[in-house]
Amino acid sequence: MSEQVLERARESETRLGIVDCDIHPMLRSEKALLPYLSQRWREELTTNGLRTRNPFVASFAVPKATPALSRRDSWPPSGGPPGSDLDFMRAQYLDAYGIETGILQVLIPSGKDQRNPGFGAAVCAALNDWQVAEWTAPEPRLKASIIIPAEDEEASVAEIARCAGRKDFVSIFISARTTEPLGRRRYWPIFAEAERQGMPIGIHTGGSNGIAKTPSGWPSFYFEDHFGDALAMQPLLTSLVLEGVFETFPALKVVMIEGGFGWAPALGWRLDQHWARMRREVPHVKHPPSHYIRRQVWFATQPIEEPAERRDLRTLIDWIGWDRMVFASDYPHWDMDDPRLAFKIALGEAETRAVFRDNARAAYRLA
Amino acid sequence: MTRHVVASVGEIPPGGRKLVSVGGRSIGVFNVGGAFYALLNRCPHQGGSLCLGERVGLVLSDEPGVYRYTRPGEMLRCPWHGWEFDIRTGQSWCDPRRTRVRTYPVSVEPGEALVKGPYQAETFPVTVEADYVVLEV
Repeated sequence: MSEQVLERARESETRLGIVDCDIHPMLRSEKALLPYLSQRWREELTTNGLRTRNPFVASFAVPKATPALSRRDSWPPSGGPPGSDLDFMRAQYLDAYGIETGILQVLIPSGKDQRNPGFGAAVCAALNDWQVAEWTAPEPRLKASIIIPAEDEEASVAEIARCAGRKDFVSIFISARTTEPLGRRRYWPIFAEAERQGMPIGIHTGGSNGIAKTPSGWPSFYFEDHFGDALAMQPLLTSLVLEGVFETFPALKVVMIEGGFGWAPALGWRLDQHWARMRREVPHVKHPPSHYIRRQVWFATQPIEEPAERRDLRTLIDWIGWDRMVFASDYPHWDMDDPRLAFKIALGEAETRAVFRDNARAAYRLA
Repeated sequence: MTRHVVASVGEIPPGGRKLVSVGGRSIGVFNVGGAFYALLNRCPHQGGSLCLGERVGLVLSDEPGVYRYTRPGEMLRCPWHGWEFDIRTGQSWCDPRRTRVRTYPVSVEPGEALVKGPYQAETFPVTVEADYVVLEV
């Protein structure tokens, strides 16, 4: 049966150029950041190094499934960690799959999560210049996301303004775990600037805020930690709705990346139910919460949901909206989705074009 | 089905593997305790190069905190998503009914029998003195 699925996927494969909203480039080493830092911050990096609020300085708070979080076949033959070699990324991924546009999301190191705020802002700016110099300039298929020190809204706005004019950048990156729920007023200047620039904010799973990832405390297993990615997205999205971010910035676009999407319809139902009962507490939320989610939120497909009855995936996307799903691979990470095989249902031609290309082209204003 | 000589027995010791290309297919040949098995190098989940994955045992547990590490080296984990497959049967541990990687019959033949044909060994020198791993594809 599984082999039949593979055959069908092969037949329906088209030469459609794919827009992939989640590709992870990686520094060859921390030292690769040095040319992009001022002398003052070079010394910070070499003397004190990167310091976040998480336990463990040089590792993840919870061990990951694989070394460097990556596919075991994604280590470049040239050395360096997965995602650090453009030629190998071209051969193993961009060329092999016909990627028309790949949107970069830099996870490590996290400028936003640095304890020294000045250093954090410098790390963000360095990563932005590094993305242009080493990825988007030599490879026009790649586009960058502006990395911002989101806990410092003034520095964030300045960094967005510095980068947004360059055609290399198509979105703004914020990792999901901020020190306060993301809808809080202190983050609003970022939303205002994003809306002004017409750039979507891509909220990507991860980051560290020193708080346990789950509402029940620190997890024991990576299994549990990984599931927490879907959990972390829900209060974040709820905060954006209830604080009035979508009401205040109606043209703001948010793309939820790598948090799954199976939970999204149920979250909308629950919030709408509460809105009917508790709306008086948040009268600035003029519409049912699901209205704002439907209007201003996109969901990246990876990690694809794999319901036991495969056709349930279609129902799920019907509920969210076929115009709101954008393909993401997460290359080169271990849980990446293969664009040809991730969907275990056959998509129609219009659906394929929408999910794999056109929705992202529109949301990110590509081409 | 055509029979292909893909290795000498000594080339794939117990615990070892060899990736071969036969009839346009990439296939992994595994030695599990002296017996040979062959699996298509394509994970039925999302197409990862399964035969490059880690060889592991099957970890079982009757209650939380108590583990049994069984059948060392008999399971293969996909290098992408970590799905576990039984090298002997090609079955997925978590979804054995629906998800199975294609397996191919493998036998060990003496070189003496092979030099007469009709086996295909275009790229592989066969001598009468050794034993060979023969794959049916």
